[in-house]
Amino acid sequence: MLAMAMKEFRQMFRDHRTLALMIVQPVVLLVVFGYAASFDVDQVDAVVMGPRAAQVAAALPEQLEVVRVAPDQGREEGVDALRDGEAVVAVVTAEGGQPQVLVDGANLFAARSVVTALKGRPELPEAEVLFNPELKTSTIMVPGLMGVVLVFVGTIATALGVVRERQSGTLEQLAVMPFRARDVLAGKLLPYLLVAAVDLVVIVAVGVLVFDVPFAGSPLVFALGALLFLFVTVGTGVLISTVSETQGQAIQLALLIMLPQILLSGLIFPLDAMAPGVRWIGYLLPLTYFIEVARGVMVKGTPFDALLLPLGMLAVLGSVVFGLSIARFRRDLAPAARRHGRRPATDTGEGRAAPIRTGAK
Amino acid sequence: MSQGRAVWGCQDLGVRYGGVVALEDVTLEVPAGSVAAVVGGDGAGKTTLLRALAGAVRPAAGVVLRPDERRLGYVSAGPGVWADLTVDENLSFAGRAYGLPAGELDRRTAALLERTDLASARDRLAGRLSGGMRQKLALAMAVLHRPDLLILDEPTTGVDPVSRAELWRLLASAAAGGAAVVVGTTYLDEAERAATVLVLDRGRALLAGTPDEVLTATPGLVVEGPAKPEGVASWPRGARWRAWSPDGPAPPGTSPVAPDLEDAVIVAQLRQALRRAA
Repeated sequence: MLAMAMKEFRQMFRDHRTLALMIVQPVVLLVVFGYAASFDVDQVDAVVMGPRAAQVAAALPEQLEVVRVAPDQGREEGVDALRDGEAVVAVVTAEGGQPQVLVDGANLFAARSVVTALKGRPELPEAEVLFNPELKTSTIMVPGLMGVVLVFVGTIATALGVVRERQSGTLEQLAVMPFRARDVLAGKLLPYLLVAAVDLVVIVAVGVLVFDVPFAGSPLVFALGALLFLFVTVGTGVLISTVSETQGQAIQLALLIMLPQILLSGLIFPLDAMAPGVRWIGYLLPLTYFIEVARGVMVKGTPFDALLLPLGMLAVLGSVVFGLSIARFRRDLAPAARRHGRRPATDTGEGRAAPIRTGAK
Repeated sequence: MSQGRAVWGCQDLGVRYGGVVALEDVTLEVPAGSVAAVVGGDGAGKTTLLRALAGAVRPAAGVVLRPDERRLGYVSAGPGVWADLTVDENLSFAGRAYGLPAGELDRRTAALLERTDLASARDRLAGRLSGGMRQKLALAMAVLHRPDLLILDEPTTGVDPVSRAELWRLLASAAAGGAAVVVGTTYLDEAERAATVLVLDRGRALLAGTPDEVLTATPGLVVEGPAKPEGVASWPRGARWRAWSPDGPAPPGTSPVAPDLEDAVIVAQLRQALRRAA
């Protein structure tokens, strides 16, 4: 028995990556969970509209952080502010009578806390929940889960597909075949992109038909967000594959990248409820922006111009990750790629003149 | 060199992996229509040389002469086939990668399946093939487009004797068809079938030439006896012992034999060791 344990210890310590994962991951998870795992939103952004806006804004409960006061605007602009994600609460005042309090139901936890808070304030009316009037969890979870599925297909399936090629030794075969590196990569990725697209359509259909998730906005904007997000996830998959020797390593790395995304992207815990120390990590994660786009378009019908920031961030993250992955992948297939230059099909050593092809036809 | 025939290979080739010298000053010439064997033990540099010839490794020095990659066929030391594709699908992928027109691909596939005895296994996954069948498939994929230069890295390692003979028949016929063939192997009896032999040792050329040239250049005397002789370098051969007597008569109890390629390589390694020691 002791011999077996010794052998196992030796193997464990030799595999630095697994060892690091076993020791580092629990610590990271603990810290992240500790700071991120909270459903309690203390501060909620609010806009106040209408003739008595300034007066009402001053008297709002502390929990509401007034980000804009617009006396010359009304309910319509208030709804727009919620739809475009400017605020979670819009208070619309009138010359006489009680103001209306509109709450963004797509921001589930913030909306719930506002609704509860207002119940204890007789001077304010009951909140009117927009977009997700029943405050259903599935309405906001389904769009977020689409992101998780795309991460699964895009990152893990892609990484495994490319590593399989390396592990089985066929990547070298590809390297000497008359392919350009970008052809190998594009040909390799196209099937995964198509499968992910089919997956996406299926999930949207199931979400809408089975879980009654609304699809209020433009399918085109949604498709654009999904496409940009897929670029990031597929690029991440290729990047993982270039630093992994085996499929096991690839899965470990993919999980290491996926867990923080699931915890810190606002999928489960609202970003607003996180300590600032971990919240910034959320703003570096692509899933955060995809969720913003998916929830905005599907639940609230947020238009394109109000989603420029998350779409832009997805584009930037996609370019960085994909650029890196192509550069690294090219290195794997480097000699083959180099031979596609204008040089003759011979390698020359350093400082040598161009070789003469003896007796070439 | 030859009457208008293409000659592929390398001159003064050097390859480094990081700071480690993997090959130094290696020259190999393979005329079209001939088979060259690259021989050496593990770590001698065979695979590095073949990869450099194929273009999978960048040389640090020297010149590689190889045809355009569309005219090159390469069987790596790995499986070289896609295990989760069928025999047919593997061949079709290789054919399309090398740009064979559909009709030509069908004709070549049918002919090669016939010659490799793989016709009955054409719908079987490559991962389910025996070692010998898999190597025959890899070879068929490499010769599908009738390459000018065919490079094979230990195609017969771990393959049963019948399949070995078949594989050699196939690559001999590729040479007969005009291809220059380079085969890396650890089996010296195979190397004797090649037109030229290059023996590598620690990344350098130890011996080079036709098998006959290599044998006649073996210095001293190779002897054989029933017991391990004293005072000379010796190695077992079957139940008997062979020994090398650099400049002297046969040691007592032994008698001279005509060296074969295995003896020649061992003698060359012994000489090299003597020189290093000196």
